[in-house]
Amino acid sequence: MLKSGREHSTIPNHVILMTLAFIAFMPIAILFVNAFKTTAEIGRNPLGLPSEWHSENFTEAWEVGRYGTILRNSVVITGGTIIGTLILAGSGAYALARLKLRGGDLLTFYFLVGTSVPAQLFIVPLFIMWRNFDLINTQIGLIIIYCGLSSPFATYLLRSYMVSLPEEFMEAARVDGATNWHILRHIILPLSWPGFVTAALVVGLSSWNEFLFAVTFLTDPSLKPISTGLFAFQSRYSRDWGLTNAGAVIMILPIIILFLILQRRFVEGLTQGGLKA
Amino acid sequence: MTRKTQPTSRLSAFQRHFLEPLGRWIYIIPLLIVNAIVIVIPSISGILYAFTDWNGTTEATFIGLDNFGRLFQDRVFFRAFINNVTYTGIFLIVPIAVGLLGAYLLAGIRHGQVIYRLLYFIPYMFASVINTQIWRYLLHPKHGVGAFLADYGITFLDFAVFGRRSTALYGIVFVDGWHTWGFLVVLYLAAMTQVDKELYEVARLDGATRFQQFRHVTLPSIRPTLIFSMLIIFIGTTLVFDHVYILTGGGPAHASEVMSTYLYTQAFENFDVGYAASIGVILALWVSVPLSIFYILRRRGWQI
Repeated sequence: MLKSGREHSTIPNHVILMTLAFIAFMPIAILFVNAFKTTAEIGRNPLGLPSEWHSENFTEAWEVGRYGTILRNSVVITGGTIIGTLILAGSGAYALARLKLRGGDLLTFYFLVGTSVPAQLFIVPLFIMWRNFDLINTQIGLIIIYCGLSSPFATYLLRSYMVSLPEEFMEAARVDGATNWHILRHIILPLSWPGFVTAALVVGLSSWNEFLFAVTFLTDPSLKPISTGLFAFQSRYSRDWGLTNAGAVIMILPIIILFLILQRRFVEGLTQGGLKA
Repeated sequence: MTRKTQPTSRLSAFQRHFLEPLGRWIYIIPLLIVNAIVIVIPSISGILYAFTDWNGTTEATFIGLDNFGRLFQDRVFFRAFINNVTYTGIFLIVPIAVGLLGAYLLAGIRHGQVIYRLLYFIPYMFASVINTQIWRYLLHPKHGVGAFLADYGITFLDFAVFGRRSTALYGIVFVDGWHTWGFLVVLYLAAMTQVDKELYEVARLDGATRFQQFRHVTLPSIRPTLIFSMLIIFIGTTLVFDHVYILTGGGPAHASEVMSTYLYTQAFENFDVGYAASIGVILALWVSVPLSIFYILRRRGWQI
């Protein structure tokens, strides 16, 4: 900024910005410290730092909340969704960006707008369809749904990446007789991996956090992912704050760590994915 | 491998009209199939169910617009609709105002921008079950902020926010707003950093105050982002489900009922599939209004 830009002091800015940071951060900090308190101490000291740090809540959550199982379920569901979506959306985006399909522009527009169809319109018929296919209470059933929900956004994101790649490489390869598959495998994929990472993060985060479809399609406690597993845990142990907070910490810790490492990509992907969020 | 240099006349019609297009379409067919199964077919079924009295198991009968007639006389649905409008209305004002304030102040500082942005954005990454876990505790009359303030004689918040008919909905909006505003800061900040610095320079030479600069330079420059954020807030708050379902289940006595939770009850507790489907259709129509206006205006070249 130019020199005259300094005529305003930035101290008032920092005061308000710090207040906002306090509003964002304090609730999270309290969640974390309370996970290390005994129930008795939460009663005496609800908002302060613990007098002694206890880790029993975590071991107890692990046992009575069966966090080992629900974490594994979440990893399977999220991992399956990421892989499935990237395969579907990656190849679809390649076709839309590079293979000159008749009606391709219309399809691209459909993936941008047409799929803002609210879940409320199709969740009930989908439930009945899944019941007929015996896919209720199966993880693969939920993975297919998540792939269907997230692939339009991922396709749109990956297509815009692939469209911006330089044409010359592909032309050269085509002249050399490369097939569509070779071009995808050896030219497109190596060049558009940043797009795939961004898509994977957004898709992974949304399936890790997803609630509506998980609570509807997986009711068997041994299959539940962490979002609905934690919800069941909250209803059962609603007064045991230390225990439920420990469960919440287990759920958000991987997200926070991943976010601190890959912040820029998360922000980029989520602000582009705003329409689907 | 078919070489492109091969003379086209040697390709049979079958190859040219079927195999060659198939070799391109094959890449998008799996995506289209999954999309059809998960979204398109069930959405069409949903629209059809809305005109029946189906209960999910026995024969369905076509009953025309009866479900919609019923909706217009259903006081709970009306309550839910009004709650949704209130939810959207508050969201279009408070989180957007906080988001604009945060972004504008952030754009004006040189040190610490990254760390503030990081802190603001973290709550947006959290699942609904996490936000509700945090705030059910902090708004608890015995342990939370209300109790803390009551110790100092400030007693406006030491009651069960989610248990009172007059406050349950506002409590939920607050929790959802806490989760969202940081995302708006980041979105607006990205738009504000694109604004031409010289515009501010000119405004300052004209003696514009910081508020005037915001009003006459910043706001017009970020209008497309602002309108886009209002659109996604409208859609998101109209379809809101998680926070309501987890915090109050729509209660007490439907005080915080929204259209999605009402649909859910009708479908999965009362097995009134036809009726639930008609709520789904109303929701889809309501969401499509601003969406269509947005896209029509964009196509006409409006700078929104």
